[in-house]
Amino acid sequence: MTATPHKLWQFHGGLKLPDHKAESTGGPVVTPPLAERLILPLRQHIGQPAQACVQQGQRVFKGQIIARCDTYVGAHIHAPTSGRVVAIGDHPVPHPSGLSAPCITLEPDGEDDWGDCRMRPLGEDEAADPTTLRNRVREAGIVGLGGAAFPAAVKLNPRPGQAIDTLIVNGAECEPYITCDDMLMRTRAREIIAGLLLVQRTLGPARCLIGIEDNKPEALRAMTEALGGEEQDNIRIVALPSIYPTGGERQLIRVLTGREVPSDGLPADVGVVCHNVATLAAIHRAVHHGEPLISRIVTVTGSGVRSPRNLQVPIGTPIAHLVAHAGGYTEAVERLIMGGPMMGFALPSDEVPIIKGGNCVLAAEAGEVSAPEPVMPCIRCGECVRVCPVRLLPQQLYWHTRAKEFDKAQDHNLFDCIECGCCAHVCPSNIPLVQYFRFAKNEIWAQERERKQADAARMRHELRRQRLEREKREKAERMNRKRQASGSGGASGAADAAKKAAVQAALERAQARKAAKQDASGSDAS
Amino acid sequence: MRFKTFTSPHMSPVRSVHRVMRQVLYGLLPGTAAMAWFFGWGVLVNVLLAVTVALATEALMLLLRRRPVRPFITDLSAVVAGWLFALAIPPLTPWWITLVGVAFAMAVAKHLYGGLGYNPFNPAMIGYVVAVISFPREMTLWIPPGTLADPAFTFSQTLGIIFQGQLPAGLSWDAVTSATPLDRIQSGLGVGQPLGAIQDTPLFGFVAGRGWEWINLAFLAGGLWLLHRRVITWQAPAGMLGALFLISGLFWLMDPAAYPDPLFQLFSGAAMLGAFFIATDPVSGSATPGGRLLFGAGVGLLVFIIRSWGAYAEGVAFAVLLMNMMAPTIDQYTQPRVFGRRARGQEDQG
Repeated sequence: MTATPHKLWQFHGGLKLPDHKAESTGGPVVTPPLAERLILPLRQHIGQPAQACVQQGQRVFKGQIIARCDTYVGAHIHAPTSGRVVAIGDHPVPHPSGLSAPCITLEPDGEDDWGDCRMRPLGEDEAADPTTLRNRVREAGIVGLGGAAFPAAVKLNPRPGQAIDTLIVNGAECEPYITCDDMLMRTRAREIIAGLLLVQRTLGPARCLIGIEDNKPEALRAMTEALGGEEQDNIRIVALPSIYPTGGERQLIRVLTGREVPSDGLPADVGVVCHNVATLAAIHRAVHHGEPLISRIVTVTGSGVRSPRNLQVPIGTPIAHLVAHAGGYTEAVERLIMGGPMMGFALPSDEVPIIKGGNCVLAAEAGEVSAPEPVMPCIRCGECVRVCPVRLLPQQLYWHTRAKEFDKAQDHNLFDCIECGCCAHVCPSNIPLVQYFRFAKNEIWAQERERKQADAARMRHELRRQRLEREKREKAERMNRKRQASGSGGASGAADAAKKAAVQAALERAQARKAAKQDASGSDAS
Repeated sequence: MRFKTFTSPHMSPVRSVHRVMRQVLYGLLPGTAAMAWFFGWGVLVNVLLAVTVALATEALMLLLRRRPVRPFITDLSAVVAGWLFALAIPPLTPWWITLVGVAFAMAVAKHLYGGLGYNPFNPAMIGYVVAVISFPREMTLWIPPGTLADPAFTFSQTLGIIFQGQLPAGLSWDAVTSATPLDRIQSGLGVGQPLGAIQDTPLFGFVAGRGWEWINLAFLAGGLWLLHRRVITWQAPAGMLGALFLISGLFWLMDPAAYPDPLFQLFSGAAMLGAFFIATDPVSGSATPGGRLLFGAGVGLLVFIIRSWGAYAEGVAFAVLLMNMMAPTIDQYTQPRVFGRRARGQEDQG
C-alpha cells in the first residue's frame, strides 16, 4: 500500500464496529437480467420532486428524460432502459414512512435501445468549461450517491466569493455491511479518477484528498494504481482509521482537514467540497460517455440472503428482484433494511424500488439485528456522551424529549444530531435514543407548521373582521348619501368621499389577498 | 414479501445494565477480599446480609409499585448498592443496622424517587449516613486489623456477634474494638498530640493505616480494571483523588505536624472505594465529562474538609451526598461544545 502520508485529525467519539464487509466482496459485481418492471419515484433527491413528462402507454428510449425537475436543487429522471410507461401514479417507495409516492412504472422491452437519447460525449476542452460541465451533470440527473442524494450540479457551483481550496472524495464507506463503493473502487477506479479530474478542473482546489477507510486495502491499492502516473502532490489518497461514522461528510472533513463545518453552514463555508466516489464515476460517464444516471451498484447482503453480493442494476429495480439475484431469502430472514445497519431504515415490503441514493439492501436474521428487548431506565452512564460524534449529550436530550420539553431539547442542540445511531447502539438500557430524537424533531417541525397556520388563520380572521366592519360602514354611508341625495339634490363633496372610500377599499382588499397568499406559501415551504 | 419494521440503528446492542453492574461487582472483588483478609469474616457476612436485604427490599418495592420484578432484580443494581453499604460499615455491625440502613437505602433513597435511574442521591451512601446518624456508637465499633489466617474471631463467633450481639466469653467491647486510623488521628490531634507520635503506633503501616493501605490499593486495582473495561470514566476518580491530593498536600506542606501527608489521605478510609465505585455512580453523579471532573474534585475537597475539621473522621459518604445535590447544576454549566458550534456563551441566543 502506497498511500501518501497525510496528517489526520480526529472527531469526538465514534465506534469501532464489526464491519461485515467480507460477506459481499467475495465475488465480482454482477449485472442481473432486467426486472419485469422498473418503478421510478419522482422524488429520488433532496429538493422538489420532478414532474413526469411522459404519458401512460408511451414508448420511451433508454436515457430519455421521463420526469423533469427544473428547480435549482433538483434532478431529472431518465428511463433506465427502453420500454413502455405502464403507469404513472402512487407506488410504495423506499422511505422511512413506508408510504406511497408518485412514481413512473416502466415495462422494459428488452431492447435496451438508446434511440437518439444518448447525450453527446463532451470533448476535454468542452468539459473544461465549468458551465458546460455543470449543465451536463444537471442534464444527467446526477445526485450524490453516498445516500443523501443531493443534486451534484449544485456542488459544482460555489457561491461567488467562496473559495474552494480542498476537494474531498468520500470513499470511506464507514457503515458496516455496505461495500458498493469498495467494489466500485476496486473495479472502476479509473472512472472515479476521471470524474475527479473533471471536478477538479471546474472547482480549481489547491488539493484533492481521497479518503478511504483502512479496512479496504484492495480499494486503496486499486485507487493508487489508477491515479498512477497522474499522482501529483495535489491529489492524495489517504487511508483513514475505520471508525464509524468517518464517512459522514462533516466527520470526514474534520478528519482530513481539521476543519469543523459550522453547525448552520455548509462544507463550502470552510473551503471544502465533498463528493462520493460513485458520484464522480457517474459524472465521468455522463461527460465522456453521454450516459445519464440510470444505474448503480447496490450491495445486497446480510445473513438473510443466501449469496450476498454487489449488483449493478438499473435505478427502479424492485428490491425483491435484487434479493432474488443474490440467492433469495433464507428461511429465518427477519428484517429488510434499506441502507446500512446503523442509519438505514427497515422496509415493510420488498416491492419498493432501488433509487439513486440506495446503496445497500440488508436482509437480516433475528440474531443479527437488535431485538425489541425491554427498555430499562436511563442510568446516566454517559456512554452515549462518550461516543457521540457531534459532542451532544444524548441522555439529556432523551430526558427533555421524554418530558416533551422540546425547547430544552433545542437548547441542547437537538438539531445538530446526525442520527448516526452510535448512542443507541451503546446504550446499556436499550433505549431507542435516535427514535426519540427523530420524534422530537418532527414534533418541533409540526409545532412550527401549526404555529404558522394559526398565525395565518388569525390574520385571515382579523382581515375578515376589518372587511365586514368596513362594508357595514360603507353601507351606512351609502344609505346616508342616498337619503341626502333624495333630500337636497346631492353634494359633490359626498360623491368624492365615496369614490375615495371605494378606491381605499379596493387597495385594502388587494393587500389582504397578498398577505394571505404569502402566509400560505410560507407554510408550504416549511 | 412483508417485514416488520424497527427504527435504526439495527445492530445488536453491546451493553446492558446487568453487564455494567456485573462488571462493577467484579471490580469490587479485590477490595472486598482485602477487607475480609484484614477484618475477618464479618465483612463477608455483612456483604451477604446487605445484598439479601437489598434484593428483598427491591423486590418488595417493585411489587408495591407494580413494576416488572424480573428485569429490575436481575439488573444487579440492588446487589451493587447492598454490597457498597456492607463495605462502608464496621465488620461486626449488628444485623439490624444493616437491615435498617439497606432497607432505607432501597425503599426511600431509590424507589420512592422512582427506582433505577431516578434517584438523585447514591442509595448506599444514604443508607450509610442514616445508620451513622441513627446508631453512632455501633457504627464506630471497628476492630484492629488482623489477618484471616489468624482471625480475631472464628466464623461462628462472628455470626454470634452480628446476629445475637454476643461477644465470646471473657471479652468486652472495649477490649475487642479499636479506633480506625482516621479516628485516631482526629482524636489525637484534637487533644494536641503531635502527628508523628500518633502515627508511630501499631495502627499505622507504610503509608497509611495498617491494613487500610492494602485495602485501598486493592480497590484502586479494581477501579483501574473498571476503567480499562470502559465501565467507568476517568474523570470522577481523577477529580476526586487529584483534588484530595492537592489540597491535603498544600496543608501538609504548610504544617506537616498537624496535617497527614497526601499519600496517607489517598490510602486511608474509603478514599479509593469512594473514588472508583461511589463518585462514579452515574445515576446520582454528574453526566458531562467536564462535570464529572468537577464533581469528583468537589468530593475530594469535601472529604479533606470533613476529615480535617468535621465531626466525623471519614467524610466520603457526606461528600458524595453533598455533591449529588450539586450534580444537576454542574451538568447545566458543563455542556460540551457541540461540533461545528462556538463555545457556549459566545453563542448568540435564539
